[in-house]
Amino acid sequence: MSEIQFEIDGSIVTATEGMTVLGVAQKAGIYIPTLCHHEKLEPFGGCRLCIVEVEVKGWTKLVVSCVYPAEKDIIVRTRSEKVDRIRKTILELLMAHAPDAPELVKLAKVYGADKDRYEKDPSFCIHCGLCVRYCNEVTGKNAIGFVDRGINKEISFIPQIAAVECNDCKQCFPLCPTSYLQAAFVLTQALAFPSAVNSGPETGE
Amino acid sequence: MDTIMELDNIDRIIDKHHGEASALLQILLDIQSENRWLPWEALARVSERLAVPLNRIQHIATFYKAFSLVPKGRHRVHICVGTACHVRGATRILDTVEEAIGIKPGETDLDLNFSLETVNCLGCCALGPVMEVDGKVHGKMSPVKTSQVLKIYE
Repeated sequence: MSEIQFEIDGSIVTATEGMTVLGVAQKAGIYIPTLCHHEKLEPFGGCRLCIVEVEVKGWTKLVVSCVYPAEKDIIVRTRSEKVDRIRKTILELLMAHAPDAPELVKLAKVYGADKDRYEKDPSFCIHCGLCVRYCNEVTGKNAIGFVDRGINKEISFIPQIAAVECNDCKQCFPLCPTSYLQAAFVLTQALAFPSAVNSGPETGE
Repeated sequence: MDTIMELDNIDRIIDKHHGEASALLQILLDIQSENRWLPWEALARVSERLAVPLNRIQHIATFYKAFSLVPKGRHRVHICVGTACHVRGATRILDTVEEAIGIKPGETDLDLNFSLETVNCLGCCALGPVMEVDGKVHGKMSPVKTSQVLKIYE
Protein backbone atom coordinates (compact mmCIF):
# COMPACT_ATOMS: atom_id res chain seq x y z
CA MET A 1 0.00 0.00 0.00
CA SER A 2 1.63 3.19 -1.16
CA GLU A 3 1.43 6.31 0.96
CA ILE A 4 0.42 9.64 -0.51
CA GLN A 5 1.39 12.96 1.03
CA PHE A 6 -0.32 16.24 0.29
CA GLU A 7 -1.37 19.48 1.90
CA ILE A 8 -4.72 20.50 3.37
CA ASP A 9 -5.04 24.07 4.67
CA GLY A 10 -1.29 24.33 5.20
CA SER A 11 -0.78 21.09 7.11
CA ILE A 12 0.79 18.02 5.56
CA VAL A 13 -1.43 14.93 5.63
CA THR A 14 -0.78 11.31 4.75
CA ALA A 15 -3.22 9.10 2.92
CA THR A 16 -3.33 5.62 1.50
CA GLU A 17 -4.36 4.99 -2.07
CA GLY A 18 -8.08 4.96 -2.73
CA MET A 19 -8.95 7.44 0.01
CA THR A 20 -10.98 10.52 -0.85
CA VAL A 21 -9.86 14.02 0.07
CA LEU A 22 -12.77 14.24 2.50
CA GLY A 23 -11.77 10.96 4.13
CA VAL A 24 -8.20 12.15 4.61
CA ALA A 25 -9.35 15.49 6.02
CA GLN A 26 -11.67 13.82 8.50
CA LYS A 27 -8.89 11.47 9.61
CA ALA A 28 -6.60 14.45 10.13
CA GLY A 29 -9.27 16.29 12.10
CA ILE A 30 -9.87 18.97 9.47
CA TYR A 31 -13.54 19.88 9.24
CA ILE A 32 -15.30 19.98 5.88
CA PRO A 33 -19.10 20.47 5.98
CA THR A 34 -21.18 17.66 4.46
CA LEU A 35 -24.84 16.73 4.16
CA CYS A 36 -24.94 13.60 2.02
CA HIS A 37 -21.86 11.92 3.47
CA HIS A 38 -22.13 8.91 5.78
CA GLU A 39 -19.23 6.75 6.87
CA LYS A 40 -21.06 3.49 6.18
CA LEU A 41 -22.17 4.48 2.69
CA GLU A 42 -20.51 4.80 -0.69
CA PRO A 43 -19.65 8.40 -1.64
CA PHE A 44 -22.61 10.03 -3.38
CA GLY A 45 -21.55 13.55 -4.34
CA GLY A 46 -25.13 14.74 -4.03
CA CYS A 47 -25.11 17.85 -1.85
CA ARG A 48 -21.88 19.40 -3.23
CA LEU A 49 -21.35 21.17 0.08
CA CYS A 50 -17.97 19.53 0.66
CA ILE A 51 -16.59 21.44 -2.33
CA VAL A 52 -12.92 22.46 -1.92
CA GLU A 53 -10.25 24.18 -3.97
CA VAL A 54 -7.52 21.85 -5.20
CA GLU A 55 -4.25 23.09 -6.64
CA VAL A 56 -2.54 20.65 -8.99
CA LYS A 57 0.78 21.76 -10.52
CA GLY A 58 -0.13 25.43 -10.06
CA TRP A 59 -3.63 25.06 -11.51
CA THR A 60 -6.54 25.58 -9.17
CA LYS A 61 -9.82 23.78 -9.63
CA LEU A 62 -12.96 23.23 -7.61
CA VAL A 63 -13.75 19.64 -6.74
CA VAL A 64 -16.21 17.81 -4.52
CA SER A 65 -13.99 16.35 -1.84
CA CYS A 66 -16.17 13.35 -0.98
CA VAL A 67 -15.60 11.82 -4.41
CA TYR A 68 -12.16 13.26 -5.25
CA PRO A 69 -9.37 10.71 -4.77
CA ALA A 70 -6.33 11.75 -2.74
CA GLU A 71 -3.38 12.59 -5.00
CA LYS A 72 0.29 13.17 -4.39
CA ASP A 73 1.45 16.79 -3.88
CA ILE A 74 -1.90 18.50 -4.32
CA ILE A 75 -2.74 21.54 -2.22
CA VAL A 76 -6.27 21.55 -0.81
CA ARG A 77 -7.94 24.68 0.53
CA THR A 78 -11.17 24.06 2.45
CA ARG A 79 -12.11 27.66 3.27
CA SER A 80 -11.02 29.97 0.47
CA GLU A 81 -13.14 32.97 -0.41
CA LYS A 82 -14.44 31.24 -3.53
CA VAL A 83 -15.31 28.01 -1.70
CA ASP A 84 -17.19 29.95 0.97
CA ARG A 85 -19.13 31.87 -1.66
CA ILE A 86 -20.17 28.66 -3.45
CA ARG A 87 -21.17 26.96 -0.21
CA LYS A 88 -23.26 30.00 0.68
CA THR A 89 -25.13 29.76 -2.63
CA ILE A 90 -25.63 25.99 -2.26
CA LEU A 91 -27.07 26.55 1.21
CA GLU A 92 -29.35 29.30 -0.04
CA LEU A 93 -30.64 27.04 -2.83
CA LEU A 94 -31.23 24.18 -0.41
CA MET A 95 -32.96 26.50 2.03
CA ALA A 96 -35.49 27.44 -0.63
CA HIS A 97 -36.67 23.84 -0.14
CA ALA A 98 -36.05 23.30 3.56
CA PRO A 99 -35.71 26.68 5.31
CA ASP A 100 -35.84 25.36 8.87
CA ALA A 101 -33.70 22.24 8.70
CA PRO A 102 -31.43 22.46 11.79
CA GLU A 103 -28.24 21.48 9.96
CA LEU A 104 -28.87 24.02 7.23
CA VAL A 105 -29.67 26.76 9.73
CA LYS A 106 -26.43 26.05 11.58
CA LEU A 107 -24.34 26.09 8.40
CA ALA A 108 -26.14 29.18 7.11
CA LYS A 109 -24.89 31.10 10.15
CA VAL A 110 -21.30 30.08 9.40
CA TYR A 111 -21.45 31.04 5.73
CA GLY A 112 -23.82 34.00 6.05
CA ALA A 113 -26.44 32.41 3.82
CA ASP A 114 -29.79 34.14 3.50
CA LYS A 115 -32.62 31.61 3.59
CA ASP A 116 -34.95 33.99 1.78
CA ARG A 117 -32.68 34.71 -1.15
CA TYR A 118 -34.46 32.37 -3.56
CA GLU A 119 -38.17 31.91 -4.08
CA LYS A 120 -39.56 29.35 -1.66
CA ASP A 121 -40.35 25.89 -2.99
CA PRO A 122 -40.98 23.95 0.21
CA SER A 123 -40.47 20.38 -0.93
CA PHE A 124 -38.47 19.75 2.27
CA CYS A 125 -36.41 16.94 0.72
CA ILE A 126 -32.92 18.08 -0.25
CA HIS A 127 -32.08 14.86 -2.12
CA CYS A 128 -29.12 13.93 0.04
CA GLY A 129 -30.12 10.30 -0.59
CA LEU A 130 -29.11 9.20 2.92
CA CYS A 131 -32.35 7.31 3.56
CA VAL A 132 -32.41 5.70 0.12
CA ARG A 133 -28.78 4.65 0.22
CA TYR A 134 -28.85 3.49 3.83
CA CYS A 135 -31.88 1.34 3.11
CA ASN A 136 -30.16 -0.20 0.09
CA GLU A 137 -26.58 -0.50 1.23
CA VAL A 138 -26.70 -1.07 4.97
CA THR A 139 -30.04 -2.63 5.90
CA GLY A 140 -30.54 -4.20 2.45
CA LYS A 141 -34.30 -3.81 2.74
CA ASN A 142 -34.80 -1.56 -0.32
CA ALA A 143 -37.99 -0.12 1.10
CA ILE A 144 -37.45 3.42 -0.18
CA GLY A 145 -36.22 4.81 -3.48
CA PHE A 146 -36.12 7.86 -5.67
CA VAL A 147 -38.83 8.43 -8.23
CA ASP A 148 -39.01 10.75 -11.23
CA ARG A 149 -36.17 13.05 -12.18
CA GLY A 150 -34.94 16.63 -12.30
CA ILE A 151 -37.05 19.09 -10.36
CA ASN A 152 -39.73 16.44 -9.84
CA LYS A 153 -37.41 13.94 -8.17
CA GLU A 154 -38.60 12.78 -4.77
CA ILE A 155 -38.27 9.92 -2.33
CA SER A 156 -40.95 7.27 -2.24
CA PHE A 157 -41.51 4.24 -0.05
CA ILE A 158 -42.50 0.98 -1.72
CA PRO A 159 -45.74 0.38 0.23
CA GLN A 160 -45.59 -3.43 0.08
CA ILE A 161 -42.05 -3.55 1.45
CA ALA A 162 -42.50 -0.66 3.89
CA ALA A 163 -45.58 -2.33 5.42
CA VAL A 164 -43.48 -5.35 6.38
CA GLU A 165 -40.07 -3.90 7.14
CA CYS A 166 -40.23 -0.29 8.28
CA ASN A 167 -42.05 -0.38 11.62
CA ASP A 168 -39.33 -2.48 13.21
CA CYS A 169 -36.40 -0.74 11.50
CA LYS A 170 -36.66 3.04 11.11
CA GLN A 171 -32.86 3.26 11.06
CA CYS A 172 -33.05 5.92 8.34
CA PHE A 173 -35.13 8.28 10.52
CA PRO A 174 -32.26 9.94 12.43
CA LEU A 175 -30.29 10.37 9.17
CA CYS A 176 -32.70 12.76 7.48
CA PRO A 177 -31.48 16.37 7.75
CA THR A 178 -34.94 17.84 7.19
CA SER A 179 -37.49 15.43 8.76
CA TYR A 180 -39.15 15.06 5.36
CA LEU A 181 -38.46 11.34 5.46
CA GLN A 182 -40.57 10.91 8.58
CA ALA A 183 -43.39 12.83 6.93
CA ALA A 184 -43.15 10.66 3.82
CA PHE A 185 -43.27 7.56 5.98
CA VAL A 186 -46.35 8.68 7.91
CA LEU A 187 -48.05 9.48 4.61
CA THR A 188 -47.21 6.09 3.12
CA GLN A 189 -48.37 4.41 6.31
CA ALA A 190 -51.67 6.26 6.34
CA LEU A 191 -52.34 5.46 2.69
CA ALA A 192 -50.98 1.95 2.34
CA PHE A 193 -51.04 0.17 5.67
CA PRO A 194 -53.23 2.15 8.10
CA SER A 195 -53.89 -0.95 10.20
CA ALA A 196 -50.45 -0.55 11.76
CA VAL A 197 -51.38 2.97 12.90
CA ASN A 198 -54.86 2.12 14.13
CA SER A 199 -53.90 -0.87 16.21
CA GLY A 200 -53.97 1.49 19.21
CA PRO A 201 -56.85 2.20 21.63
CA GLU A 202 -59.43 3.32 19.00
CA THR A 203 -59.83 -0.15 17.57
CA GLY A 204 -60.55 -1.46 21.05
CA GLU A 205 -57.72 -3.96 21.10
CA MET B 1 -57.09 -7.08 -24.81
CA ASP B 2 -56.88 -7.22 -21.04
CA THR B 3 -55.83 -4.09 -19.25
CA ILE B 4 -53.79 -6.13 -16.80
CA MET B 5 -51.18 -8.17 -18.57
CA GLU B 6 -51.00 -11.88 -17.89
CA LEU B 7 -48.04 -12.90 -15.77
CA ASP B 8 -47.27 -15.62 -18.36
CA ASN B 9 -46.61 -12.92 -20.93
CA ILE B 10 -44.25 -11.16 -18.58
CA ASP B 11 -42.43 -14.41 -17.88
CA ARG B 12 -42.13 -14.98 -21.62
CA ILE B 13 -40.53 -11.56 -22.11
CA ILE B 14 -38.16 -12.14 -19.20
CA ASP B 15 -37.20 -15.57 -20.58
CA LYS B 16 -36.52 -14.03 -23.98
CA HIS B 17 -33.84 -11.94 -22.26
CA HIS B 18 -32.58 -14.98 -20.30
CA GLY B 19 -33.69 -13.41 -17.02
CA GLU B 20 -30.61 -11.23 -16.88
CA ALA B 21 -30.70 -8.16 -14.66
CA SER B 22 -28.68 -6.22 -17.26
CA ALA B 23 -31.60 -6.54 -19.68
CA LEU B 24 -33.96 -4.77 -17.26
CA LEU B 25 -34.48 -1.72 -19.44
CA GLN B 26 -35.16 -3.84 -22.53
CA ILE B 27 -37.62 -6.01 -20.61
CA LEU B 28 -39.49 -2.96 -19.35
CA LEU B 29 -39.59 -1.55 -22.89
CA ASP B 30 -40.99 -4.84 -24.23
CA ILE B 31 -43.68 -4.92 -21.56
CA GLN B 32 -44.47 -1.29 -22.25
CA SER B 33 -44.84 -1.88 -25.99
CA GLU B 34 -47.04 -4.96 -25.57
CA ASN B 35 -49.20 -3.58 -22.80
CA ARG B 36 -48.88 0.20 -23.42
CA TRP B 37 -48.16 0.77 -19.74
CA LEU B 38 -46.40 -0.90 -16.82
CA PRO B 39 -48.78 -2.34 -14.21
CA TRP B 40 -47.43 -2.57 -10.66
CA GLU B 41 -47.90 -6.38 -10.71
CA ALA B 42 -45.63 -6.57 -13.75
CA LEU B 43 -42.90 -4.56 -12.02
CA ALA B 44 -43.17 -6.77 -8.94
CA ARG B 45 -42.83 -9.87 -11.15
CA VAL B 46 -39.80 -8.45 -12.98
CA SER B 47 -38.24 -7.52 -9.64
CA GLU B 48 -38.75 -11.05 -8.34
CA ARG B 49 -37.45 -12.81 -11.45
CA LEU B 50 -34.39 -10.58 -12.02
CA ALA B 51 -33.57 -10.16 -8.34
CA VAL B 52 -33.51 -6.39 -8.81
CA PRO B 53 -35.01 -4.42 -5.89
CA LEU B 54 -38.40 -2.90 -6.57
CA ASN B 55 -37.28 0.58 -5.55
CA ARG B 56 -34.64 0.49 -8.27
CA ILE B 57 -37.15 -0.61 -10.91
CA GLN B 58 -39.52 2.10 -9.74
CA HIS B 59 -36.74 4.67 -10.06
CA ILE B 60 -35.98 3.57 -13.63
CA ALA B 61 -39.62 3.29 -14.67
CA THR B 62 -40.35 6.82 -13.45
CA PHE B 63 -37.11 8.28 -14.80
CA TYR B 64 -37.70 7.58 -18.50
CA LYS B 65 -40.56 9.24 -20.32
CA ALA B 66 -40.98 6.15 -22.51
CA PHE B 67 -42.55 4.33 -19.57
CA SER B 68 -45.97 4.89 -18.11
CA LEU B 69 -47.15 3.61 -14.76
CA VAL B 70 -50.74 4.56 -15.46
CA PRO B 71 -52.98 2.97 -18.11
CA LYS B 72 -52.64 4.36 -21.63
CA GLY B 73 -55.25 4.37 -24.38
CA ARG B 74 -55.20 2.21 -27.50
CA HIS B 75 -54.43 5.26 -29.65
CA ARG B 76 -51.70 7.76 -28.81
CA VAL B 77 -52.58 11.24 -30.00
CA HIS B 78 -49.72 13.74 -30.17
CA ILE B 79 -50.44 17.37 -30.92
CA CYS B 80 -47.46 19.46 -31.96
CA VAL B 81 -47.32 22.78 -30.12
CA GLY B 82 -43.88 23.78 -31.41
CA THR B 83 -43.28 27.31 -32.67
CA ALA B 84 -44.21 26.69 -36.32
CA CYS B 85 -47.36 24.74 -35.47
CA HIS B 86 -48.23 27.23 -32.75
CA VAL B 87 -48.28 30.21 -35.13
CA ARG B 88 -50.34 28.15 -37.56
CA GLY B 89 -53.01 27.54 -34.94
CA ALA B 90 -51.97 24.46 -32.93
CA THR B 91 -53.92 25.70 -29.92
CA ARG B 92 -57.15 25.53 -31.87
CA ILE B 93 -56.34 21.95 -32.91
CA LEU B 94 -55.55 21.05 -29.31
CA ASP B 95 -58.80 22.64 -28.10
CA THR B 96 -60.76 20.66 -30.69
CA VAL B 97 -59.16 17.38 -29.62
CA GLU B 98 -59.64 18.14 -25.91
CA GLU B 99 -63.29 18.91 -26.63
CA ALA B 100 -63.83 15.81 -28.79
CA ILE B 101 -62.22 13.27 -26.44
CA GLY B 102 -62.88 15.14 -23.23
CA ILE B 103 -59.34 14.89 -21.82
CA LYS B 104 -56.39 17.23 -21.28
CA PRO B 105 -52.79 16.56 -22.39
CA GLY B 106 -51.22 13.77 -20.31
CA GLU B 107 -54.55 12.12 -19.67
CA THR B 108 -56.35 9.02 -20.96
CA ASP B 109 -60.09 8.67 -21.49
CA LEU B 110 -62.17 6.25 -19.43
CA ASP B 111 -62.66 3.77 -22.31
CA LEU B 112 -58.87 3.59 -22.74
CA ASN B 113 -59.33 4.61 -26.36
CA PHE B 114 -57.17 7.73 -26.53
CA SER B 115 -54.17 9.13 -24.70
CA LEU B 116 -53.40 12.76 -25.43
CA GLU B 117 -49.95 14.36 -25.31
CA THR B 118 -48.46 17.59 -26.55
CA VAL B 119 -45.05 17.52 -28.23
CA ASN B 120 -42.70 20.34 -29.03
CA CYS B 121 -41.77 19.49 -32.62
CA LEU B 122 -42.34 16.52 -34.89
CA GLY B 123 -39.80 17.75 -37.42
CA CYS B 124 -42.24 18.45 -40.24
CA CYS B 125 -42.97 22.12 -39.66
CA ALA B 126 -43.96 22.68 -43.30
CA LEU B 127 -47.02 20.48 -42.62
CA GLY B 128 -48.08 22.49 -39.59
CA PRO B 129 -50.25 22.40 -37.64
CA VAL B 130 -49.42 18.74 -37.18
CA MET B 131 -51.16 15.99 -35.27
CA GLU B 132 -49.80 12.47 -34.91
CA VAL B 133 -51.95 9.44 -34.14
CA ASP B 134 -50.23 6.10 -33.45
CA GLY B 135 -47.12 7.31 -35.27
CA LYS B 136 -49.02 8.42 -38.38
CA VAL B 137 -48.62 12.11 -39.15
CA HIS B 138 -51.64 14.17 -40.14
CA GLY B 139 -50.57 17.54 -41.52
CA LYS B 140 -52.18 20.90 -42.34
CA MET B 141 -54.87 20.30 -39.75
CA SER B 142 -57.96 22.40 -39.21
CA PRO B 143 -60.50 21.90 -36.42
CA VAL B 144 -62.88 20.20 -38.88
CA LYS B 145 -60.17 17.90 -40.28
CA THR B 146 -59.11 17.08 -36.73
CA SER B 147 -62.53 15.74 -35.81
CA GLN B 148 -62.60 13.71 -39.02
CA VAL B 149 -59.22 12.14 -38.23
CA LEU B 150 -60.30 11.27 -34.68
CA LYS B 151 -63.43 9.58 -36.03
CA ILE B 152 -61.25 7.07 -37.93
CA TYR B 153 -59.84 5.83 -34.64
CA GLU B 154 -62.99 5.79 -32.55
